[in-house]
Amino acid sequence: MTDIAAGSISGSLAPRRRFVLLRRLAGHRSFQVGLILVALLTLAAIFAPVITGVDPSSMKVRFRFKPPSEAFPFGTDNFGRDIFTRVLYGARVSLWIGLAVAAMSGLFGAVIGILAAQFRRLDAILMRVMDALMSFPAILLALGVTAALGPRMESVIIALTVAYVPAGVRIVRASALVVRELDYVEAARIAGASNIRIMVRHILPNSISPLIVHVTFVFAYAILAEAALSFLGVGVQPPTPSWGNIIAEGRDYATEAWWVMLFPGLGISLAALGLNLLGDGLRDILDPRLKGRG
Amino acid sequence: MASPLVSIDDLTVQFRTDRGWANAVEGVSFDIAEGECVGVVGESGSGKSVTALSILRLHARGAARYSTGAISYAGRDLLQASERDLRRIRGRDIAMVFQDPMSSLNPVLTICDQISESLRLHQGMSRAAARKKAIELLDLVRIPDAARRVDEYPHRLSGGMRQRVMIAIAIACRPRLLIADEPTTALDVTIQAQILELLRDLRAELGMAVMLISHDLGVIAEFARRVIVMYAGRIVEDAPVDVLFQSPRHPYTEGLMASMPALDGGAARLYAIPGRIPDPDETIDGCRFGPRCAHSEPICRTAPPRLIAIADGHRLRCTPRTRAADLT
Repeated sequence: MTDIAAGSISGSLAPRRRFVLLRRLAGHRSFQVGLILVALLTLAAIFAPVITGVDPSSMKVRFRFKPPSEAFPFGTDNFGRDIFTRVLYGARVSLWIGLAVAAMSGLFGAVIGILAAQFRRLDAILMRVMDALMSFPAILLALGVTAALGPRMESVIIALTVAYVPAGVRIVRASALVVRELDYVEAARIAGASNIRIMVRHILPNSISPLIVHVTFVFAYAILAEAALSFLGVGVQPPTPSWGNIIAEGRDYATEAWWVMLFPGLGISLAALGLNLLGDGLRDILDPRLKGRG
Repeated sequence: MASPLVSIDDLTVQFRTDRGWANAVEGVSFDIAEGECVGVVGESGSGKSVTALSILRLHARGAARYSTGAISYAGRDLLQASERDLRRIRGRDIAMVFQDPMSSLNPVLTICDQISESLRLHQGMSRAAARKKAIELLDLVRIPDAARRVDEYPHRLSGGMRQRVMIAIAIACRPRLLIADEPTTALDVTIQAQILELLRDLRAELGMAVMLISHDLGVIAEFARRVIVMYAGRIVEDAPVDVLFQSPRHPYTEGLMASMPALDGGAARLYAIPGRIPDPDETIDGCRFGPRCAHSEPICRTAPPRLIAIADGHRLRCTPRTRAADLT
């Protein structure tokens, strides 16, 4: 995370590079693999009802703790619920939380980061607040926020956004501080552009690319963190399945019914792996200082 | 002379340093008349650009302050004007061209977007009208195939082309004053000549005043009618261009002249003024050029020289030379 922040301080999505970028991304091996993984998981999540046709909460007590079989590809849990269905529906919740946290922390990161870079007085205050947030471990902070807001999906999203915003702010601020000193920003000021116009039109588009890389990683972290929070019991509450709470519920029977924890765990691993590969690919290509660039 | 377009009176600009406030520009006064072409020369750190940026009040508040003086534009005091009024003046009445065209254009916006910016800000033009105007302006700055070029991104243009685009942006709203801060320094020599010629033609065509900042006396000689020589944040000499080049009065100006390579000069070693420009917060008794001056006299170390008119349109800041001029 920090290496992105330090890595491409003033990366910009210059249009000259957009074409080349797409071509290079398409040819980047780990980006390809990551993209396929993420796409498959996303499709599985979107089409969950079509794929299984079973209600993820329907219990069939007769079929408790069935190991994986033709009827139950991923087996069943202590209530006789189909793990395959629950993992698919869990993907919806987990991926949605990841996406929402990535989007919100990216948005707030961009806005606060640009403001901090542009208004030096505000900067001191904003960055001290961010430092304070950063000084807590993300999970601990999220734990506190969900405890305060009550364990619901929305509070998980808010909690994780709060936890991941400071890093985004630092990244955007760092590149915006470089961009704001460039001649074309001065030129815009001389042309009579207002502060807001300068921030939105000149500084933001030229300092956004490290953030784009960062949010793909936040996406992955958020999925992991949601699982951790759900595991600890403050995340998404049963009966709504999320990868985290399926694992949490399977914990007590881990020795008899390993499949209950295995498959959601695989889901988490694959999602995190896919997103990390995707992010690595983006970083390789957006960061001019890393090699792998033609 | 009618009332000047821009009048700078006793301007002192200070920058914050670790050791308090240091004068970057001190007691600078000069006028620019409507349509006049003024050259400002001096080495790095002499306060040329600081003065220019002060006219648009572009120094960051907190890092710089205007401790004395006034800058008036068409009778309005720019140092007292609101940020809003200043925005209306910037780009419309007073425009600026920078040294490095490679970094003065935003890489993510097309040429059209960037020329349109001030047109739409100041004249409320529609997108289509601004585009049409942008093409006209590119024609005016002699960019071939303007209709196609207008939609390109800056990276497709060479340095000379980009500087033309910068000029197009600057003249878009027909400013009354164009400040050109080392507009040709970053370009190669053949392009320099073209850009200067373009600026000269545009000045005649649009009737705007130009303040040309350069450390290159050749550029100034070719372009300006009047030359202001700055040293360590102060004006040391201000004279019509032919007077300055034929009979420079200030020892510093003489030094600058002597350090110009002459075409017929052969292989002689280039003259350099000994020493270096003092830091703004360095205290020097008397004349700030004194320690480097070959003609320094005792009086130079005791009293700081004042800028005094020694002839019509000729001001000089050098105590011994001013006295000499009075006697003759």
